[in-house]
Amino acid sequence: MITVNNLSKTYGANTVLNIKSLEIPKGQSFGLVGNNGAGKTTLFSLLLDLIQPSTGHIISNDVQVDQSEAWKPFTSAFIDETFLIGYLTPEEYFYFIGELRGRNKADVDALLSEFEDFFHGEILGQKKYLRDLSKGNQKKAGIVASFIGNPEVVILDEPFANLDPTTQIRLKGIIKELAEKEEVTVLVSSHDLIHVTEVCERIVVLNKGEIVKDIETSTETLKELETFFGG
Amino acid sequence: MALGALYFIAVFLSLGFGTYFIIEKAELGDPLRVVNKFLIYYLVFDLVFRYMLQKMPVTNIKPLLYLPFKKSQVVHYSLGKTIVSFFNWSHAFFFVPFSIILLTQGYEVINVIGWHLGFMALIYCNNFINVLVNNKDNVFYLIAGVFILLGVSQYYGWFDITAYTGPLFDKLYDIPITAIIPWAILIALFVTSFNYFKKNMFLDGGLATKVTEAKTENLDWLNRFGNLGTFLKNDIKLIKRNKRARSAVIAGFFFIFYGLLFFTGAVDSYDNPFMKIFAGIFVTGGFLFSFGQYVPSWDSSYYPLMMSQNIQYREYLTSKWYLVIIATVISTVLASFYLYFGWEAYAAVLAGAVYNVGINSYLVLWGGAYVKTPIDLTSNKKAFGDKQAFNAKTLLITLPKLLLPIIIYTIGHFTLGPAAGYIFVAVFGLLGFVFKNKMFAIIERIYKKEKYKTLLAYKQKA
Repeated sequence: MITVNNLSKTYGANTVLNIKSLEIPKGQSFGLVGNNGAGKTTLFSLLLDLIQPSTGHIISNDVQVDQSEAWKPFTSAFIDETFLIGYLTPEEYFYFIGELRGRNKADVDALLSEFEDFFHGEILGQKKYLRDLSKGNQKKAGIVASFIGNPEVVILDEPFANLDPTTQIRLKGIIKELAEKEEVTVLVSSHDLIHVTEVCERIVVLNKGEIVKDIETSTETLKELETFFGG
Repeated sequence: MALGALYFIAVFLSLGFGTYFIIEKAELGDPLRVVNKFLIYYLVFDLVFRYMLQKMPVTNIKPLLYLPFKKSQVVHYSLGKTIVSFFNWSHAFFFVPFSIILLTQGYEVINVIGWHLGFMALIYCNNFINVLVNNKDNVFYLIAGVFILLGVSQYYGWFDITAYTGPLFDKLYDIPITAIIPWAILIALFVTSFNYFKKNMFLDGGLATKVTEAKTENLDWLNRFGNLGTFLKNDIKLIKRNKRARSAVIAGFFFIFYGLLFFTGAVDSYDNPFMKIFAGIFVTGGFLFSFGQYVPSWDSSYYPLMMSQNIQYREYLTSKWYLVIIATVISTVLASFYLYFGWEAYAAVLAGAVYNVGINSYLVLWGGAYVKTPIDLTSNKKAFGDKQAFNAKTLLITLPKLLLPIIIYTIGHFTLGPAAGYIFVAVFGLLGFVFKNKMFAIIERIYKKEKYKTLLAYKQKA
């Protein structure tokens, strides 16, 4: 599904990302961990063509992302609050995304109804604009919006951060369910090793822009990661 | 800020040096008395300007609350910060040279000093009045409305407020000691603001951000425009719900009346056909200039979403183009009253409208690609003078927006007469319309080329 070739990003003399090669097969749930500045968000931004690679390229479903816009219809993401339109209510935002992805109101409503638990009554019908919601609630809206329109690639940067414990547990369920679908590739980054080992089949550790570990998740994975980051 | 500030400094300076002699030459009477007569309007304008543009000191208080300062120190600091604001010291560029001229013209030293100090205090009074009424829109509109009425009734000679206020300001000169009165008012205002702030310095009090109740709007009638409707719906909400966008629209609306200066013969140097076509461009293009020049910056706070969602550049640009076109058409309809000033005035408006639709609509979109200023939608305070908005490329693109139609008109005017001039301008606009696809292809390419730089620029928050 996603192939990364000789990808690097350099700012001045500072190389923030350098990946020789990385292959993410279709349907995989892929976890990205690393300390601050390891290059997680840089990789995601490159995947979305929000920054330009210094060398190399990414191919997503036969589309080279920095050359063609054809990856947009099957890719969706929630990276940070710049993916939210602050002056819309959550409903308006969902419908807007829906329209962009060819889904009508009824489709969007049907999807939203599946997330009633996750929203916990704090998103819909609140008479608030997105900009006036708390950070955690903004995140909930952004994450759910990224599921609209059956995307084949879903990219979530730090989805667990800022969420309350109940919501974190529910989100784990949602991501697991999404990953079980054969055709959806989920990319998640996280600072929470427990969450990420629980929801991802594969975990890649970035350190100073390079891949230092590439693990298929097993019962020992958490221990291995803890040793890596603790030592 | 830099360019706007320099402009105002230049204007104030030239007024400061020039006013005395202009009034003397026009033989309106004692220049100081004449200035005093109109100073009430000066003060009110100043207040209006401040209300719209001056940054409030509360913005950066929060981080100070947790640090080991006394509350009164924090309040002193933030009120103190307003004292050194551009909105206060810029007036010195008028009052200092004006006072110096007065002295050289044989006015009494003590009296001039009294007058000068009195006014300094009044300017600072405005500063604190603004702090106190900040964000109280009703109060603001009430005051602004009253003074617009007063201005109108003075113009038509119904009621002259300056007959009452002028002598008051004269007193500052005649009896210099009365300058104490504005200073006393100033001190009272300072103390009031100080107490007000101190009392409200809690996160859930004065520092809380106002939350307006949101209502989901469907605007389903726009669905018939397909993808275009999707974006138009957003743009309408953008304008309705954000202060900054609203001001741009209001500014655009006022441009409709800008032509009155040209077509009524109010200003001599404007009273020629070349300036009339200039006016035609502005009358119908107010929205185009005030809103259009900041495309795509209006979407700066969620530009990464727009760039990664399922949106083709062409659709995005087309929707902005339609928005500008619709607004131009509405302005043109509203500007029908120019018919009253004769066919030439209306021809200028119509020709300007066609040129705006056909040529300027592309040019603003094109220029927008280089305006990489992130916009803080919720605040008005940086509405003019963002220095990034004035880079060389945007200035270059401004030239064909305004000068080209004048040149085209001039050619027609001198070869075949005024009517031909207007027709030439309109034909040129229509030509632009014909080449729409070509123009969009070019603009799209520029936007794509600038995409990464734009994303990076928007990341640095305003």
